[in-house]
Amino acid sequence: MTTGHQDNPTWVDEALREHDEQLEVDAADAAGRRQLPLADREQQVLDRIDRARRRRPRVREERITMSHGAGGKATQTLIEAVFLDAFRNPLLEPLEDAAQLTLAGTRVAFTTDSYVVKPLFFPGGDIGDLAVNGTVNDLSVSGATPLFLSAGFILEEGFPVADLNRVTESMRDAAAAAGVRIVTGDTKVVEKGKADGCYINTAGVGLIERDVHLGVAGAQPGDVIIVSGPIGDHGITIMLARGELDIEADIESDTAPLNGLVSDLLDAVPNVRAMRDATRGGVATILNEIAKAANVGVLVSEDDIPVRAEVRGASELLGIDPMYVACEGRLVAVVPAETADRAVDAMRGHPLGREAAVIGRVRGEQPGIVQLKTAFGGTRIVDLLVGDPLPRIC
Amino acid sequence: MRFVDEFRDADKAHALAAKIAALCEPGRKYKLMEVCGGHTHTIYKHGLEDYLPESVQLVHGPGCPVCVIPMGRVDDAIHLASQPDVIMTSFGDMMRVPGGNGSFFDANAEGTNIRMVYSPLDSLKIARQNPDKRVVFMAIGFETTAPSTAMTMIRAAKEGLTNFSVFANHVTIIPAIKAILDSPDLRLDGFIGPGHVSTVIGCRPYEFIAREYGKPVVVAGFEPLDILQSIYMLMVQLSQGRSEVENQYSRVVPWDGNPVALKVIGETMELRPYFEWRGLGFISHSALKVREKYAAMDAELLFQVPGVRVADPKACQCGEVLKGVLKPWECKVFGTACTPETPIGTCMVSPEGACAAYYNYGRMNRNRVAEAQVTNA
Repeated sequence: MTTGHQDNPTWVDEALREHDEQLEVDAADAAGRRQLPLADREQQVLDRIDRARRRRPRVREERITMSHGAGGKATQTLIEAVFLDAFRNPLLEPLEDAAQLTLAGTRVAFTTDSYVVKPLFFPGGDIGDLAVNGTVNDLSVSGATPLFLSAGFILEEGFPVADLNRVTESMRDAAAAAGVRIVTGDTKVVEKGKADGCYINTAGVGLIERDVHLGVAGAQPGDVIIVSGPIGDHGITIMLARGELDIEADIESDTAPLNGLVSDLLDAVPNVRAMRDATRGGVATILNEIAKAANVGVLVSEDDIPVRAEVRGASELLGIDPMYVACEGRLVAVVPAETADRAVDAMRGHPLGREAAVIGRVRGEQPGIVQLKTAFGGTRIVDLLVGDPLPRIC
Repeated sequence: MRFVDEFRDADKAHALAAKIAALCEPGRKYKLMEVCGGHTHTIYKHGLEDYLPESVQLVHGPGCPVCVIPMGRVDDAIHLASQPDVIMTSFGDMMRVPGGNGSFFDANAEGTNIRMVYSPLDSLKIARQNPDKRVVFMAIGFETTAPSTAMTMIRAAKEGLTNFSVFANHVTIIPAIKAILDSPDLRLDGFIGPGHVSTVIGCRPYEFIAREYGKPVVVAGFEPLDILQSIYMLMVQLSQGRSEVENQYSRVVPWDGNPVALKVIGETMELRPYFEWRGLGFISHSALKVREKYAAMDAELLFQVPGVRVADPKACQCGEVLKGVLKPWECKVFGTACTPETPIGTCMVSPEGACAAYYNYGRMNRNRVAEAQVTNA
């Protein structure tokens, strides 16, 4: 049985049609310069790709796949093409970690996040403190003081009450550590098999008391990029905790509330341009968000990026890049060059930022692209994550 | 990190690069093919091309196991996975390979149960835990992964597992290299030989390349310095007019391969008369199937395999890319219609695929990079 081109999934035909349209544009562009040298022809292709990447995102799949939740390219496309498209308004549009609102003259940050991590309990934490810290961190990196959280539970029939108690106790402790209160909530139970034990949603509000205007779109050429500590601890911990890989390492999740660290940083450097906490998709995803939102280039150095030996070792074995592995207690900050030393010192003065390091800088060249100077001495691109090395990390 | 950092030393790389540059004859172009997709990945991931003079060009070969699986074979696998009570397992790389009607991920969204495993042995665990299900391992890969499939079958037989079978798609490297050498479109100066495959088959099988085709071969390891050193070794041979098989990866690759691995492959699998390769077409004696002795574990006998053949989309030039005739970016749909998130061709799927490696890591103009580094210094 031979089937032809017409049996391709519809998105292939669509993609090919779009491609043909683009080719016509290119043909017009290229009129008169047919015999270009190789490097220029390559550049032409690169320019065409650049235009294709800037096209309006569209979800081509007919159904949701696990990639849509991985925090990479597919997640971004889903958010922009479905959610942003449906809900579009100026407060949502910046797609920051929290929305910034003004209520009766007061600046407020508001955010929500759901947690489906598997396993529920892992070295260094559990779904409970993850759910509190994650939302606290989204508020913190928006420059807000986190104050109040909600907690919604979706429980599977048969889930042990003892486990639920463990989860709520660690939520209580995490909230106390972060100085926030859980003030409202919701409970739903679904039939056995319709959920995996326990899912949690938290939302949070915080007060933006400082006169800060944070946002990745504010990154400017010359700015310096700082990461607050070793990357990838959480993702590798979860991966190993599932016990499917027969790898053991002495490592635990970095889940922690970042409001204290952020506060110290903003005290020292009030004009921080942007902060993001590195969760799904890892540091690489944040760097790409910076490059795209501010239309700048980003150049980071592999030698300068802190990664624990255990994380590096496991990543090498598994063939994954720590740059894409989730953290739950690390932030990436963009600061003006002249404040870099002060920023690093301030972060290192906090227990959660002791290993903070400058990893690279923002530049005008190659806007939209994140480049890595490899430890080997070459250069390469660090793109958005495609595919899903590890589902349900948080 | 020990045993890794030593092979990524930038100072040593600079020294080797200078020696390579010194061996280049003025006006001569050198086209070297790295056969293995793992090498392609290393080259782009570490930015190795930055060290090479313009006259030394790397051509990416067919040794990416996922890339050579034809679309129809993916459809066959999804058909197997759609049978009642089937749990299919495969390596992560396979999950996103598009067939005629979508990938394993898409199939799972429609209701199949296709799981990613890191080792074929994990499939046995799943089979033991699900005695009422039929577990089918979709085996892919060159001689590198064939021994682990073989060991899994032997283990399953020993345990008397009756709900485990293998959908064999193992391919062999030598016929593919021969197909490339016989291809009229391509002129190559030498080969960076596959490292992992050679741990199993050894270096001897490549001797015909040196003897009959007059091309040097250096079997190489997977760290960037390994590859740079093997390029240097090829350049030395070329400058002396020699063509021999040399082993750069001697810390892992024995000259005669791994007799135990070869034995277990031979015990469980045998050559197929022919097999379809994506882009390269049908190649005789280029793939393995389950031996009759293990018929009870041969998914192709246990299930009806439709044997779907799907023509590649016309615009897709994976074949030319796999043969090294086209650079990834020279493909008509590269980066516009075909991207890692919505791949049309297999070369865009696996991290070992040349297109994915170039798109993810190398999508920049080298000249511009050099300029940028000067201005940033």
